[in-house]
Amino acid sequence: MLDDPANALTILVLSLFVGIEVISKVPPLLHTPLMSGSNAISGITIVGAILAAGHGERGLGTVLGFAAIVFATINVVGGFLVTNRMLAMFRKRER
Amino acid sequence: MEGLVHYAYLISAVLFILGLRQLSSARTATRGNITAAVGMLIAVVATLIKQEVVGYGIIAAGLALGSVAGAVLALRIQMTAMPQMVALLNGFGGIASALVATAELLDLRPEAGAAGTPFGIVSVAIVLATLIGGVTFTGSLVAFAKLQELMRSAPIVYGGQQVVNAVLGLAAVGLGVVVALDPTAMQAFVGLAALALVLGVVLVIPIGGADMPVVISLLNSYSGLAACAAGFVLDNEALVISGSLVGASGIILTKIMCDAMNRSLGNVLFGAFGAASEALAGSDQQGTVKAYTPEDAAIVFQTARSVIVVPGYGMAVAQAQHAVRELAEELEKRGIQVRFAIHPVAGRMPGHMNVLLAEANVPYDKLVEMDEINPEFPETDVVLVIGANDVVNPAARTDEKSPIYGMPILNVDQARHVFVIKRSMNPGFAGIQNPLFFNDNTMMIFGDAKATVLELVEALRQLD
Repeated sequence: MLDDPANALTILVLSLFVGIEVISKVPPLLHTPLMSGSNAISGITIVGAILAAGHGERGLGTVLGFAAIVFATINVVGGFLVTNRMLAMFRKRER
Repeated sequence: MEGLVHYAYLISAVLFILGLRQLSSARTATRGNITAAVGMLIAVVATLIKQEVVGYGIIAAGLALGSVAGAVLALRIQMTAMPQMVALLNGFGGIASALVATAELLDLRPEAGAAGTPFGIVSVAIVLATLIGGVTFTGSLVAFAKLQELMRSAPIVYGGQQVVNAVLGLAAVGLGVVVALDPTAMQAFVGLAALALVLGVVLVIPIGGADMPVVISLLNSYSGLAACAAGFVLDNEALVISGSLVGASGIILTKIMCDAMNRSLGNVLFGAFGAASEALAGSDQQGTVKAYTPEDAAIVFQTARSVIVVPGYGMAVAQAQHAVRELAEELEKRGIQVRFAIHPVAGRMPGHMNVLLAEANVPYDKLVEMDEINPEFPETDVVLVIGANDVVNPAARTDEKSPIYGMPILNVDQARHVFVIKRSMNPGFAGIQNPLFFNDNTMMIFGDAKATVLELVEALRQLD
């Protein structure tokens, strides 16, 4: 679906706008968790890594794909967990 | 089955947007993080059931290895090391996208050789993912090294640096064009990848420690853009949508940080801020400073009705946040109002001080933003500055020649008494002398932040 330049551009531009709109009014208190949370989302490249590593051929591409999976998984798992840890600190004083 | 995968990607994109939205409000932030994580899980599972995915052994091994490493890192890291952690994770996301693009290029090459035609969008995307991903990776590693103090955090500059960087940048663009036109040009691709890695290093080494909040938010944005480019390589909308969401949000955060310093992004990236001004330091203003002991200071604190604490990077370095909370409690026991004034760029990443004080159990309603607290300083009896320097430098208001002129600051000099805890009279990271220290109502307490605050607490208890 993205091989049509018009489709590709539409999705890209709309997503950029959504990203800007969603973030614009974030309080400074949450700057770090927001950054580490969105950082974890950028680990979505894990999807690409799985596709690159998993097509069954043995070769350099698969090796690179494997390395990509490891890096992206650290990004995803580490990012979400550390964000959760931070937010738990913010929360515990609400009680 | 393939159709289902597209719907699954749509659901995860929606969950990411909702998650980001919830992350922007204190009440819903924890839920937002979980929402986004669920979105990620759905995207991964959907990808695993795609027809072309067959090599499950290698995928499982990679996921297991990465999960364990990521979990250990996230659960063991100290809160004071959070800026390094975020830098490192940005870098890992970047290199993953570059590797994905490279792997895809290797796969496509035989077909391209046969057809002899360029790939259009795909080959351009391969170039961009490799370039942005590579720069993000090494740039983040340098930021990590600076924050971890494995290397000097001051700007590293040399003659002709801008020219060298410009030449390297142009060379990368040139090779990028070659690869985009002919993806079978393997040597050009290898050159491009190598240049991307070099560029990441040379672009970040001239940026000083105090400008790290900008660099980290920018690298955050890059890691998203690299994923977005990788999405175009693979014709995968999940990567394009999520990557550009992160890219855009990173840009917004970068802008907030730049605005908080009243500087342009270009100035932060290429200004080598703090390197050239060392000659200025000390020559500006000489005067006498009043040095107080914690015992003397305690007497002034005891008679105050309102105290505002201004934390900075020095508090993080000394790990003084728990001692500071103890001091705040000690003061509150005496009926003294205590608040914390947080400058948006205090520390080494956006929101750094909030995280540290939250770790030390300081209630977050006591953390007050700059615009809100600034009118309060004239009515405040005592301000305690702990390891902050440039963000309280009145030269930003008054001295047009100062490199930080125009930067919004916390107007602590308007309070009745100002105590500054500092190791020595050395100027801060930006190398700029601070006239605040020479004011009549300013008293310096020299020493390590943590030890000094604890002494202050002890002295207060002795007074009872």
